[in-house]
Amino acid sequence: MTVDMQRAATARPMAGFDIWGVVVRVSDGPMRALQRVLGERRMPYVFLLPNLVFFTLFVFVPLGLNFWYSLTGGAALFPSQRPNVGLQQYGFLFDCGSMLDASSCREDHFWRGVHNTLFFVVIQVSLMVLFSLVTALVLNRPIRGRGFFRAVYFFPVLLSPVVVALIWKWILQRDGVLNAAITTLGGQKIIFFVDPGWAMFWAIFVSIWAHMGFYTLILLAGLQAIPRDLYEAAAMDGTRPMRVLLRITLPLLWPNMIVVIVLALIRGVQTFDEVFVLTGGGPGTATLMVVQYIYETAFANQAQNFGLAAAASVVLGVVLFVLTLIQLGFSRRRAGA
Amino acid sequence: MSVTSALALRRGRGRLHWTDLASYAYLLFGVVLMFGPVLWLTLSSFKTQAALLEFPPSLLPTSQREISVPGFDKPLPQFNVTMDDGSTRVLAQARRIGLQAQMIDPAEPTRIIRVALDKRIPLRETAFAWSNYTEPLKQFDFMRYLGNSVFVTVVATLITLLINSMAAYALSIYEFPGRNATMLGIIGTLMIPITIILVPVYLVVTWLGLVNNLWAVILPGAATPTGVFLLRQYMLTLPRDLIEAARMDKASEWQIYARIVLPLSLPALAVLAIFSVMWRWNEFLWPLAVLSKSESYTLQIGLNAFQGELQTQWNYLLAMTVITLLPITVVFMFLQRFIVAGIANTGVK
Repeated sequence: MTVDMQRAATARPMAGFDIWGVVVRVSDGPMRALQRVLGERRMPYVFLLPNLVFFTLFVFVPLGLNFWYSLTGGAALFPSQRPNVGLQQYGFLFDCGSMLDASSCREDHFWRGVHNTLFFVVIQVSLMVLFSLVTALVLNRPIRGRGFFRAVYFFPVLLSPVVVALIWKWILQRDGVLNAAITTLGGQKIIFFVDPGWAMFWAIFVSIWAHMGFYTLILLAGLQAIPRDLYEAAAMDGTRPMRVLLRITLPLLWPNMIVVIVLALIRGVQTFDEVFVLTGGGPGTATLMVVQYIYETAFANQAQNFGLAAAASVVLGVVLFVLTLIQLGFSRRRAGA
Repeated sequence: MSVTSALALRRGRGRLHWTDLASYAYLLFGVVLMFGPVLWLTLSSFKTQAALLEFPPSLLPTSQREISVPGFDKPLPQFNVTMDDGSTRVLAQARRIGLQAQMIDPAEPTRIIRVALDKRIPLRETAFAWSNYTEPLKQFDFMRYLGNSVFVTVVATLITLLINSMAAYALSIYEFPGRNATMLGIIGTLMIPITIILVPVYLVVTWLGLVNNLWAVILPGAATPTGVFLLRQYMLTLPRDLIEAARMDKASEWQIYARIVLPLSLPALAVLAIFSVMWRWNEFLWPLAVLSKSESYTLQIGLNAFQGELQTQWNYLLAMTVITLLPITVVFMFLQRFIVAGIANTGVK
């Protein structure tokens, strides 16, 4: 036992000047006194306390306050100065001639955001899952340099959204390298970010570029968990490759696919950073997303409309909650199977 | 059946099938698509402002060679000139008038040679414009942003490691009333991203008097459900008799945490540390909302502000972008294996 403990003690992170050792020595007195007062059985609460204080202050309290904000009006930040307006903010949000036509709505930017986000999510998630799946299948083959290729696809995942957006802005700008390629091939320069269609195309392209490595990794882990002997049995039966893919690989990968699809949906609905830096939501409102609407309504506009922003984020929260429930339902089914 | 067969069937090594070739082609295309843009950005960041405005752009950072000539205030651009007799000479251009250029030989600066514009070709050389990297340091608060980002990343990661490991310790080593409820509550916060509680978190931060303060960026994200979950799963695998033995040796609970459980959890702590550094270095929406004074900007917010202001000064913007992506790239190169394993095991990023 003591040998084990010694090994544990020598596994400390820092050699040389041991800062952590000093911290522990200094803090042990007070913590020991606390333990004497509370008793050993109450100590876990002491260990939980800091984390719970943070969660309470920055997650649980804000969650409640958010509902409360969405029921109040005015431009003041502090709750005591905000008049209660009931469901008026939600009324404003949903005050529409037709929900399919943003310009008929009182909050036309919110609805443009909703429409853009829906369009973005549908295209982005389906293409990203498709490319991630193909890439994972290719990486799962017996190839040389798998680690290297996997790392290359994964690298953009780590880049910050601002960096990602600036990299592509530089490539796509008027005199950028892509336009150089187009003119070399005999085409005309395209000014991408003044055209609504192109702006949305590149917003989707860039976000797939930045995130597909993450989903590829999850799918690859799923593929590698499929038992080898299934494939060996199929090979012995002379099963055709297409049939192996459809009857073995895809069905067994399906739980991972669900996780990937729902995760991508949850992230896609919250899309903001890359698109905001890349296009600023433009041209006009062509690539304005719901989260950008919330951010600008609360913080960027002259009249900071916290109530309206809170109402919009409650709506977004409900969507995310439903998506999460779907994910939980699927993962429970997987655990039960 | 062509593509699918390439993807579905595992073949033995040895013979190279066409599907193998297709796979490599796909992967090499991926390398160009994923890595090319970053490489292009880096190469471009060494170009001078003049070279950046060239169209079509050159691959390597090049610029026209210049020479200082007595009698002229500015250095003169140099050209390869084809003379009337067919020979070529290197001349410096003093000025351009219409379709003619007045050139001089730097050896005898007083004699002007008139040359038609189409008879001269700019003399180019590879030149790295290091000033792109040094100038922004002098002209803008770039160092301050860098410092702010380093401060936020380091302090936030240390706090996250400490409080998350304490919580994970309580939830993995002890049986106590409310344990499962607490665990459920913590996992539940996974579903509440900052995007949907932006306004009230801003209020809490204002209450604490932290608006425009770096602590406003550090504190709200310090307690991560991901971290608690990841560390708890690891601590559950630690041998219990080690802890019982320490108790018998009269170690306090705090000592058991700090001296035994924490050192043994180093692998999990390392994964969380890597994640935390990534999250904090790259964080955007929340700092954007809470930091409105430029002296408290982090690198990401500063870079975003620059790209609004410096539309025409791409040379500085590109260099600053490279500096911003550098630390993460270095972390990735050395710790790639751990990051990949961490994500594959936990499904978080």
